[in-house]
Amino acid sequence: MNRSSDGRTMTTVPVIEMADVSKIYPLPSGDVLALDHLSIRIERGEFVAIMGPSGSGKSTLLNQIGGLDVPTSGILRITGRNIRKMSDDSLTDLRLNTIGYIFQKFNLIPLLSAYENVEYPYILKHRCNDTTGRVSKLLADVGINKRMAKHKPAELSGGQQQRVAIARALINDPDILLCDEPTGNLDTKTGAQIMAMLTALHDQGRTVIIVTHDPSIGAQAERTIRIKDGKVES
Amino acid sequence: MKKDIILQISVRSIRLNFLRSLLAAIGIVIGVVAISSMGMMGANMTMSVTEELSAMANVLVVKPDSGGGGGGMMGGGGSSSDDDYIDKDQFDDIERAAGKYGNVYPLYQESDTIKIGDEERRATIYGMRDEDMATILTVANGTLPQTSNAVVVGPTFAENNDLTIGSRITIGDEDDEEAIIQKVRVVGILEEKGMSMDLNSDNAIIMTEKAYTGLYGGEGEYDQVNVILYDIDDADTATEAIEDQLNRKEDEVQVQDSSRMMESITSTVSTLTTFVMAIAGISLLVAATSIFNVMMMSVTERIREIGILRSIGTRKSEVLRMFIYEAVILGLVGAIIGAIMSVILGWLVVLAMVGTTKYFFTFASLIYVPVSMAIGIVICIVSGVYPAWRAANLDPIEALRSD
Ligand SMILES: Nc1ncnc2c1ncn2[C@@H]1O[C@H](COP(=O)(O)OP(=O)(O)OP(=O)(O)O)[C@@H](O)[C@H]1O
Ligand SMILES: [Mg+2]
Repeated sequence: MNRSSDGRTMTTVPVIEMADVSKIYPLPSGDVLALDHLSIRIERGEFVAIMGPSGSGKSTLLNQIGGLDVPTSGILRITGRNIRKMSDDSLTDLRLNTIGYIFQKFNLIPLLSAYENVEYPYILKHRCNDTTGRVSKLLADVGINKRMAKHKPAELSGGQQQRVAIARALINDPDILLCDEPTGNLDTKTGAQIMAMLTALHDQGRTVIIVTHDPSIGAQAERTIRIKDGKVES
Repeated sequence: MKKDIILQISVRSIRLNFLRSLLAAIGIVIGVVAISSMGMMGANMTMSVTEELSAMANVLVVKPDSGGGGGGMMGGGGSSSDDDYIDKDQFDDIERAAGKYGNVYPLYQESDTIKIGDEERRATIYGMRDEDMATILTVANGTLPQTSNAVVVGPTFAENNDLTIGSRITIGDEDDEEAIIQKVRVVGILEEKGMSMDLNSDNAIIMTEKAYTGLYGGEGEYDQVNVILYDIDDADTATEAIEDQLNRKEDEVQVQDSSRMMESITSTVSTLTTFVMAIAGISLLVAATSIFNVMMMSVTERIREIGILRSIGTRKSEVLRMFIYEAVILGLVGAIIGAIMSVILGWLVVLAMVGTTKYFFTFASLIYVPVSMAIGIVICIVSGVYPAWRAANLDPIEALRSD
């Protein structure tokens, strides 16, 4: 019954392996080639920034890496598994167990309190409430106190919401953290705090992939992948 | 599994949109109340009519077959079967055939003008053999008639015409020169008998056979022969016995079995009930539309939330469940409120329409409460399925992009 993951794959396997991946959005006005024969490899423990102009395909790329979307062609392996061969339920379980998302718009569940938002993926995975104190510990780690944890997302500031989102992304101990413009909706100071947290998570050994416009944020990553018109520039 | 987070979210979504959800549930309440109170009304009506009728169900009425079976034989010299009376031989045959199943007695019947004091009116007049009067009639007041100028009257007839023992009635139309006029005296008033197929004595004048044939002639030419069955279960056997005896060559008599009439009346009532319930069912259709509408609104408003849920690892089936729960909760709340209200309202409807609530708390009547609840809940689920399916099959990325 338990949806816990396949266990960690061996360190020799790259967490992300893309070969010749294309993504086409068929539209009435004509097909949009959002990703154009991309080949990318990201090793475990890397801190990668994906940069590029608006509309270049950064979010599309991240969605493929996160198993939210499936490439039109090419091979994409996430922790060694070919996602084009996975069922919708296995892809969903991959998102639950292997990947942590941090979005520009925070994307917390409005009906649940901050605490419940963090606990939600835990319940999906373990089919029971968290009795280990992990939720509380993660919330404390990101600087959300017990009183704030009872609030609904609408009652929290943007920075607080993003902290809750980070705690939620970490709850099932994912292999990869994917961040799409995590500081895009935050002021500079709060953005810097969030970046400090992500950097710390990388220092603890996590794979962090971050999409950003901001060169100063891109500079904090170990490696930058530049995208233009769906192709890798450098 | 201590806490179903999916159910939690459904409950909270309903609470968040309380007013909207309440309105949708009211549709179900109305539907459940309508169906169950109509059903209960029908069941109560059937039971009360059945009881009323079964009191008179033990009677077979044998009448001459005047039916057009042999329409072409009009001119052909009358065989006895074409007469519009039952003659003495036929009566003997009937008695021979059905005597062991019940009490067989012949009856003369006429409608005539009468005069009481100065008032003229029409009345039903029966003629009965003396021995039958003794067994069939029960006198409340006075005695049975012995002579040709003595009659008994039914209690309704007595009351309507202010008759007491000793009152005088003139039978026959005095303006009609050919009519025989007979002045009679009331010697007895009968006990109330209620509606019946064989003899409606409550509102009639009953005289001896001799008095009757003296007035109208036709001795031994009975208008009908009644069989009062000892056991109602013999109705079919006795009917067959009579028909075998008399209708062997051609249809001489018609046997009317009151239990069959009762069946047809109860089946008419139940057809009517079904019809009324179907109309009530339309209200559930309206409810289904409102549930569907609310569910679609809920899905549309929560597209982004669905995208979030899917993106962080909620399966399609879990999203589906979330919205089905929502529909089930609406249905359950509506059905429970509806059930409580339909007991109250149904009771009032039954009291008003049937006149008695003595059958209200019976299985056949109260069964409509759970039945209509179940219908209400099923309707809710059915109308929730499509919206829930829509929600579950949203593309997570599209859903996340929406605002
Ligand atoms: N679901 C979709 N349907 C159709 N076209 C899409 C869809 N998603 C993205 N696109 C198109 O694909 C291209 C890449 O979009 P994408 O969102 O990946 O860009 P981006 O680099 O993230 O831009 P931004 O910096 O503005 O977020 C764009 O031309 C966009 O219009
Ligand atoms: Mg983007």
